[in-house]
Amino acid sequence: MSTHTHTHTDKKRFEFNRKTFVTMMVIFAVVYLVGVGIWGLFMDPESYAVNYDAKFVSPNFDHPFGTDFMGRDMFSRCIKALSNSLIIGVLASLFSSFIALFMGVASAVFGGWVDKFVNWCVDLCQGLPHLVLLILISFMLGKGVNGVTLAVIFTHWPSLTRIVRAEVMQVRSSQYVQAAYKMGKTKWQVAATHILPHVIPSYVIGLILLFPHAIMHEASVTFLGFGLPKEMPAIGVILSESMDYLATGKWWLAVFPGLMLLVAVVLFDVIGDNLKKLWNPQSGNE
Amino acid sequence: MQLKAENISFRYTDDGPFVLKDITLEVNSGERVGIVAPSGYGKSTLAKILSGYRLPEEGKVLLDGKPLPMTGYCPVQMVYQHPEQAVNPRHRMDKILNEAWQPDDELLRKMGIEKSWLTRWPSELSGGELQRFCIARVLGPETKFLICDEITTMLDVITQAQIWHLLMEISEERNLGMMIITHNMSLAKRVCTRIVDLTKLNNVHSHTHTHIHDHEHGDEDHVH
Ligand SMILES: Nc1ncnc2c1ncn2[C@@H]1O[C@H](COP(=O)(O)OP(=O)(O)OP(=O)(O)O)[C@@H](O)[C@H]1O
Ligand SMILES: [Mg+2]
Repeated sequence: MSTHTHTHTDKKRFEFNRKTFVTMMVIFAVVYLVGVGIWGLFMDPESYAVNYDAKFVSPNFDHPFGTDFMGRDMFSRCIKALSNSLIIGVLASLFSSFIALFMGVASAVFGGWVDKFVNWCVDLCQGLPHLVLLILISFMLGKGVNGVTLAVIFTHWPSLTRIVRAEVMQVRSSQYVQAAYKMGKTKWQVAATHILPHVIPSYVIGLILLFPHAIMHEASVTFLGFGLPKEMPAIGVILSESMDYLATGKWWLAVFPGLMLLVAVVLFDVIGDNLKKLWNPQSGNE
Repeated sequence: MQLKAENISFRYTDDGPFVLKDITLEVNSGERVGIVAPSGYGKSTLAKILSGYRLPEEGKVLLDGKPLPMTGYCPVQMVYQHPEQAVNPRHRMDKILNEAWQPDDELLRKMGIEKSWLTRWPSELSGGELQRFCIARVLGPETKFLICDEITTMLDVITQAQIWHLLMEISEERNLGMMIITHNMSLAKRVCTRIVDLTKLNNVHSHTHTHIHDHEHGDEDHVH
């Protein structure tokens, strides 16, 4: 924290507590999501193996989330599925954000027809219903992991492109950047001291807020049968299977995976929103 | 040295009205030229052109007969009307102050900059306190001309006096040329060695005025 005058102590103490709380929330969310991701990644497939002796067991001590029509332990399968979704979602978002960063910066820096072209692409992408575009791309690319990942990558860059473009434009035309040039700073120095530090927080927050979208959309496309293959543990697959048994009272097949997906999505929002608070320039950026 | 505006014309858009038309004006080292004109007469625009922030559509800005350098430290520096826009909100005051050079303690004392301000963020200082930083950071030895665009408008009288006293001292000591834009005629009379009325110099407002008058007449016709 920066040095404070004595008159500000009380306010700063409150500020400090709020900051600590917000930081704790972010850490908790990150630990949970990374934990689930890693747990699933290294999970022994035996733990959700088929076991016809234990079909449709409702939630109990051995099977906290119950078992499904093939007697697979739903808890392990959910963790594995969420882990898969997280990994695919994060990877797709990352690549999508690279497109956004590139397009946004190019658009702001070059202007002219480059800017027009980028805006045209953004409008085109945002004009079509998201899910339709996702299904189309995934279907064309042969579905499966590749199809759905590429579909998510190619459909999630527009909003972040807009943010990056606006941030770069704003900071480039600001008086302090122009003054820096007049004080003899080179383009690279200005980019490193003024432009990047201004753009990166919005970019990172935009990227984090992209994760839940990517994960939800991956799950939806998979649920509708245009995404991840049936044999792969995925939230979308689990939910679509559960539909067949919901009417017969096997509620746990849908409720737990659904909740896990929801919690993951909410936690990403928690991280994004709280980082936004922490990185607000008014509160200083250490 | 001499900073000269030669037949400068400028407008903000390609088909918009001229804000400046055919302005010729020079400032010599050691001179403090006051620029006065009512609001909207293009004073700030002229300041931006003379300090190289914007290029004129016609005419030239010459420093000892040569155009202003486009890269490197510009010998003509400008201090803005709004200090809070002129500093990066993500930098601490010491980083802002030392962006171009390291002002010594003596200058900081004269500018009334307190040491404890150096570790703060711009949002933790008042406009007047910020403005002192903006002035100090461009007073480096490479600065030959300083263009001040209503730099003390938001300051109290005592601070104003303090800052102008210092700037006059520096301009005499270092033979610095200054262009001082202000609405405050008494300030201009006290500080400047010469005062220029932009309304007389700027050839654009003769017809802008008739335009405004036309409108007024139009309105009057309706009323009567
Ligand atoms: N960035 C801009 N884009 C378009 N028009 C502008 C811009 N900046 C200023 N103008 C116009 O140019 C004219 C001159 O503006 P300028 O800021 O130079 O006036 P000024 O003499 O400094 O006024 P003030 O005393 O209020 O600061 C005004 O009519 C203004 O509306
Ligand atoms: Mg002005």
